[in-house]
Amino acid sequence: MEIKKGIAVSPGISIARSLVIDAEDYRIPRRKIMPAQQMAEVQRIRDAFKDAIQELTQLEVAQDETEGGKIKDIFAVHLRFLHDRSLRKRITELVHSDLVTAEYAVSATLREIASHFAKEKDAYMRERAADIYDMERRLLKHLLGMKREDVEHLTEEVAVIARELSPTQTAGFNKKFVKGIASDAGGRTSHAAIVARSLGIPAVVALEDLTESVSGGDTVIIDGNRGLVIVNPDDETIRQYEDYSHEFVELEHKLDAIREKPAVTRDGVKVALLGNIEFPEEAEMVLQKGGEGIGLYRTEFLYLSRPSSEPTEQDHYQAYAETVGVFKHRPVIIRTMDLGADKYTQSKRFAPEPNPFLGLRSIRFCLRNLLMFKAQLHAILRASVLGEVKIMFPLITNIQELMQAKMIVRDVMEDLDEKSITYNRNIQVGIMIETPSAALMASTLARDVDFFSIGTNDLTQYTLAVDRGNELVSTLYSSADPAVLRLIRTVIQDAHKAQIDVHVCGEMASEPEYIMLLLGMGIRTISLTPPMIPEIKQIVRSVTMEDCNNLARKILGMNSERQISGYLRDATRKILPEAF
Amino acid sequence: MQAGQNSLEKVVCETEVEIKNADGLHMRPAMQFVDVANQFDCDVTVSNSETSVDGKSIMQMSMLAATCGTKLKIKAEGADAQKAVDALQELVEEKHFDEPTPRDQKKR
Repeated sequence: MEIKKGIAVSPGISIARSLVIDAEDYRIPRRKIMPAQQMAEVQRIRDAFKDAIQELTQLEVAQDETEGGKIKDIFAVHLRFLHDRSLRKRITELVHSDLVTAEYAVSATLREIASHFAKEKDAYMRERAADIYDMERRLLKHLLGMKREDVEHLTEEVAVIARELSPTQTAGFNKKFVKGIASDAGGRTSHAAIVARSLGIPAVVALEDLTESVSGGDTVIIDGNRGLVIVNPDDETIRQYEDYSHEFVELEHKLDAIREKPAVTRDGVKVALLGNIEFPEEAEMVLQKGGEGIGLYRTEFLYLSRPSSEPTEQDHYQAYAETVGVFKHRPVIIRTMDLGADKYTQSKRFAPEPNPFLGLRSIRFCLRNLLMFKAQLHAILRASVLGEVKIMFPLITNIQELMQAKMIVRDVMEDLDEKSITYNRNIQVGIMIETPSAALMASTLARDVDFFSIGTNDLTQYTLAVDRGNELVSTLYSSADPAVLRLIRTVIQDAHKAQIDVHVCGEMASEPEYIMLLLGMGIRTISLTPPMIPEIKQIVRSVTMEDCNNLARKILGMNSERQISGYLRDATRKILPEAF
Repeated sequence: MQAGQNSLEKVVCETEVEIKNADGLHMRPAMQFVDVANQFDCDVTVSNSETSVDGKSIMQMSMLAATCGTKLKIKAEGADAQKAVDALQELVEEKHFDEPTPRDQKKR
């Protein structure tokens, strides 16, 4: 039994067998297998060789004779290696003798060969190590690719253990069988965390070297309440956790009981609680949890779940129509594609951007890929007659971008007019406020939009200049930082002055300790991850506006993050002791 | 093993060759070597002063990392051993893998 401590990012308890996903760009840890698994691992090695040979053959054929056929020669050499029986024998023998995974056997064998070259005196020979590493990567890519397909075709419940999870990987998850997520890297707002919360499964991140301690098939307990992962727990621990898990489920049920009750403060102020979703299937969950609409519909999944082809306008339409159908005349805010700073878009680029979060992402990416952008807007507008659909542009940093995006909406409207397709001519258009520049320019931007939605994750990251996924600095990332709070206050005040709606849709909105503060600062619409809606509603129903206003006044007078977060935690503990 | 059909004709041939091309037995020459060796049924073993390897395996051949001037022993066992040794010797010493020798490089 081994206990690992990380950061709890999605509540709940899961006890399941583990499925470990390695990453080809990290060192593959030495991971043991059961003796009975040997033949299966050897078969995986055979399949990976077969796939790699097929891929290389295609690459070789595609190369012409330029540069004296040098590239063709390189592929030809790699192919000879993959056909070399003595190489394959060395790898499979390692599986048998040391009982290790196919990934480890491939990686260890090829690295040993590479280090043999690296030791040579002759510089030309030393460089051959690069060829061997290239073969290693290719074989691992195929081995790991098969693993990823495994996650899509699961037949039993598992906990997914990974170094880090990308949107592409999680988009392919078979949601019925993934019962928990744990990763080496990441923070509260990493992708794995967001996905786990939206699926309502426990997750723990920032476990540093968890993937080195777990072998596929090990039993793991993921404690998403306390931030613990227990590898190969003993019977006593499993029993304790089963009891604890029942208690937790009971608390959840108790909260579910307030579903039908309105989100109103004790002194009668109405608060709208909306849901953040990624997949159309989650719309039902928002209703079940008592949400009154969708405040943030992320649409990237349409791209990320099918990396080989772009979604058509009809694909967009179907996804939107399905979601809007669930909500009829309650709001569904569709955010246009927030692509660019993800692995998927970067890997498709000719040269990856050195600093993608400050690069061509989000609305900038859309404004450069007009066909894709217009197809999405076309679908949103078509879906607008089915309910109360609104458009939201992400990552606006200046007024020109907003004007340009709005002009494109008008273009698409004209297009629809020509084709005599009906749509809601008065569709509301809003923007996300998630950069310091947008927050500072809120009074100007407010004149040209129907609503603001404050995206606190990016706003915090850009204001504090902290990469939230980097565990070396992630402790600096806090929405309770006075700099972030002052920007949020500015945005709310400017929205009120311009008499437009202002929502909060970032992680802040699903963290109990921020709710009183947000209400006190003037927020009346909160959009959050569906599983947290009952808990947040409980808080809203337990407070008075007067308390919230007083708390906000106090907080905005404070100058340190530590003081603020401590104060917020104490205040919340008094209202909802179970949350801590 | 390939010559096992007729063990009476088990011929053993040996020769010593010297690597002549400037870059030595790197990846592409190793590929040419095993491609030629694999045209024959006989077993091919190649040795330097330290170790012996299978002359039909690109992994093992390339790991010899034989540089220009290195002497290698080629040993073939099987019915067509003589032909194999001749072809390999021609590849290494006469064609020097279709690559320049140090003298060719100086001329340029």
